[in-house]
Amino acid sequence: MSQLLPPEFFTATVPLNAYLILSAILFAIGACGFMFRKNIITIYMCIELMLNAVNLSFVTFSYQFGKVDGQIYSFFVMVVAAAEAAVGLAIILTIFRNRGTLQIDEIDTLKN
Amino acid sequence: MDVILFTFFALVAIVGAVSLVLQKHPISSALSLVSVMVALAVLFLLLGAEFIAAAQLVVYSGAIMVLFVFVIMLLNAGAERESRKGGLAQFLGLPLTAILLVFASYVITQSMSNAKAVKFGAFTGGGPREVGWELFTRYLLPFEVTSILILIAIAGAVVLARKEID
Repeated sequence: MSQLLPPEFFTATVPLNAYLILSAILFAIGACGFMFRKNIITIYMCIELMLNAVNLSFVTFSYQFGKVDGQIYSFFVMVVAAAEAAVGLAIILTIFRNRGTLQIDEIDTLKN
Repeated sequence: MDVILFTFFALVAIVGAVSLVLQKHPISSALSLVSVMVALAVLFLLLGAEFIAAAQLVVYSGAIMVLFVFVIMLLNAGAERESRKGGLAQFLGLPLTAILLVFASYVITQSMSNAKAVKFGAFTGGGPREVGWELFTRYLLPFEVTSILILIAIAGAVVLARKEID
């Protein structure tokens, strides 16, 4: 195996910036979905995507500084996301029961 | 090897995220989000965060996504209907997001000039032992406050989702 492939194949490294830029790209895609989608569940999933992108940044900075603190922060983000998912989905259930729709532009009682 | 793994799973994550935004049916979006989360778990592992990678798989792609799929099934959510224009976000959303992305990339490349190169196995301080040690010594107070947060979330979910009793 090691004769077939050049040695750079096993020693090549990824720049840290690539992880941070990937995180920014995922965050931007999530923000786009948040603005353009109309289904309340899909919007909610876009928020989860943005939280995940921020987690990737935290873990990347943890690698950069050689400390575990960034990973602890991303652990807390996960806990808050889990709590938020439980409460948010309960709110979605209540909205659907009261209004019979999941389209956010049909839920406009506070408008006008 | 690192480059190939990173490129493959970064592409999986980006394709999954785009698919999440473009799919019309919520179930397809949910499955795309699962693929993004699994790809991110592999990237966490490459960065040496073993515990966070495992928690990502168990908590995110396990518990949270099951909750999502459960609610989608429960509400029998169909495909999204085309509806009236969203106003300002429809025109300004895409350019503003592109500006945000370009600006963030610029700041990252400018300010992270002393960034390390990521090599799998170079950082080993992310196992359950190290994370647990930090969590129960320096971060003990936030950890305990988290338990109150979860208690409130349980109470809130039960109160919001219960049936009204006549």
